[in-house]
Amino acid sequence: MGNVPTTVKHCLSYKQIIEDYPWLKSWLEEEKIITEHEYPDFVKIVEVGPRDGLQNEKENVPTRVKIQLIDMLSTTGLSVIEATSFVSSKWVPQMADHTDVLRGIQRAPHVRYPVLTPNMQGFQDAVSAGATEVAVFGSASETFSRKNINCSIAESMLRFEEVISAAKDRQIPVRGYVSCALGCPHEGNIDPSKVAEVAKGLYEMGCYEISLGDTIGVGTPGSMFKMLQKVMKDVPIKSLAVHCHDTYGQALPNILTALQMGVSVVDSAVAGLGGCPYAQGSSGNVSTEDVLYMLHGMGIETGVNLDRVIEAGDFICNALDRRTNSKVAQARGRTL
Amino acid sequence: MMAAVVVRFVNRCTLRLGMGQQYLGFSSVAKEKTASVRAAHSLPGKVKIVEVGPRDGLQNEKTIVPTEAKIHLINMLTESGLPVIEATSFVSPKWVPQMADQVEVMNGISKKPGVSYPVLTPNLKGFQAALKAGASEVAIFGAASELFSKKNINCSVEESLQRFEEVMKAAKEAAVPVRGYVSCVVGCPYEGHVAPEKVAHVAKRLYSMGCYEISLGDTIGVGTPGSMTKMLEAVTKEVPVSALAVHCHDTYGQALANILIALQMGISVVDSSVAGLGGCPYAQGASGNVATEDVVYMLHGLGIQTGVDLSKLMDAGAFICRTLNRKTSSKVAQATCKL
Repeated sequence: MGNVPTTVKHCLSYKQIIEDYPWLKSWLEEEKIITEHEYPDFVKIVEVGPRDGLQNEKENVPTRVKIQLIDMLSTTGLSVIEATSFVSSKWVPQMADHTDVLRGIQRAPHVRYPVLTPNMQGFQDAVSAGATEVAVFGSASETFSRKNINCSIAESMLRFEEVISAAKDRQIPVRGYVSCALGCPHEGNIDPSKVAEVAKGLYEMGCYEISLGDTIGVGTPGSMFKMLQKVMKDVPIKSLAVHCHDTYGQALPNILTALQMGVSVVDSAVAGLGGCPYAQGSSGNVSTEDVLYMLHGMGIETGVNLDRVIEAGDFICNALDRRTNSKVAQARGRTL
Repeated sequence: MMAAVVVRFVNRCTLRLGMGQQYLGFSSVAKEKTASVRAAHSLPGKVKIVEVGPRDGLQNEKTIVPTEAKIHLINMLTESGLPVIEATSFVSPKWVPQMADQVEVMNGISKKPGVSYPVLTPNLKGFQAALKAGASEVAIFGAASELFSKKNINCSVEESLQRFEEVMKAAKEAAVPVRGYVSCVVGCPYEGHVAPEKVAHVAKRLYSMGCYEISLGDTIGVGTPGSMTKMLEAVTKEVPVSALAVHCHDTYGQALANILIALQMGISVVDSSVAGLGGCPYAQGASGNVATEDVVYMLHGLGIQTGVDLSKLMDAGAFICRTLNRKTSSKVAQATCKL
């Protein structure tokens, strides 16, 4: 392009203009913004099927089936599998066999098996049963807190402080959940600053990770963005996770939005186990299979083998006598 | 070019200041912070929904729907505010018996002014029949995969494009706008991977022939935000983004995520099907089209206007599901319905 005047050269070639004026590249970055997103290289999947999933299924699953499910999931490459919940069996009968489950599973090395512990009693039972990681559940909605665990948010936080303190003494890591992060079945819209407040509270108390839950699945990329923007100011992004429900089909775009904002931990449930207690007959948790399909398609590593997860999903759906909620599993022809 | 650079620079500064973000010039920290800017601002204010339920949806349902029910469905969809409703297909009833009542449907619907009712016309014969039946917009279907073209319409991609040239010529003479579809844009049931450049080539051909809009179809729903991005990057080099639409299938649950990516890349036309009508002929028992209700729910949640009344749309979905005696594939409809 020797004899061509510089301006013409620049008109003809974007590459040329960048070569001659390298500082321009950043100014022009906006052009790249639309086509290039910064995604995490690796996403950690937190499998909540055996706990959150089974807890919300109508059928009560026998203990040996739960153990087999967890054992199958342990061979898929998943690094975190929420095993059970040490809540009073009066409230959650599906989790009454918590001690037997935790003692019965074959713990794979490099896999963690957190359990829910809503209070000191639960925590102590969990420790006796051999728990090495626990989780506590806060809410961003006062009404939900009262209806769900019969106390205000502030009171629940005091309860958690006890648990976290006891956990610290035993060097047991604690994960914090915030439910109703994008909407409440009683209150409707939830102010993102409330979510941030609760998330910050849990984080400062000592939770290593905060999972933000769209409990009724009403969130969209719009509300997910606004909520994360607020929470990110108070909790470092690498300590955040998203727990999206697919009740309105929005889970995957919501997860995508979270990834675009730097979140790299995603909760999901094999076969999309767990309906929504607030919308009869609707789905709840997003399917691990569908999340994996998306992540792998984007070149994001997870360490998880999709086919093995589908097998585990087949197994539990057969046991529950129900159809999988995972579209990937359905498409692959593995349905009842 | 320099003017464009200056404009971009000014836009970017204003945008940054408008968003209340501190301008972070050249550091790599900027990357972290810009992530949140990206997620928010590069979305269209309005999206045009092209409702394909009455054609693509019903064509792929096992049960054949009576003509009056089709007409009633289309009228209900018109009432919901949809701007484009694909009404029927002028394909030979020998191949697509579900669309055999094409003329009665066209004559029977109450066409609202300002709403478009395109019909499929695979060849000149179909086009002439469509025109006679009162069609004022038509659509033609190309494929980005040779094998798919051969198996689906029994000719190569190039041969099909030549057939369409006839239709284009006749349509121009009759001043009838033509929409072009490209199928298998991110995967083919026979060939597997489809090269983005091939998609761009077919899209460009259809556009240069005179199609006012090109709808890019993920026919078997295998696409993900990864493959969608690559494909759209290739196509937007050849066809202006304002003339592009996405037609995502939800067979692997990826449709809404793929649509979101397309919106972020400047696309503002989305095809969908009420109640997610239309299964996937290549994956037994799997879903096909993405549900219009779920798309509208996402768009409205993003503050994007569609002109669609979601509850009227759900009424239309409920009606057709009752008629077909099947459950809706729309999650929004399932969640809203009090079972």
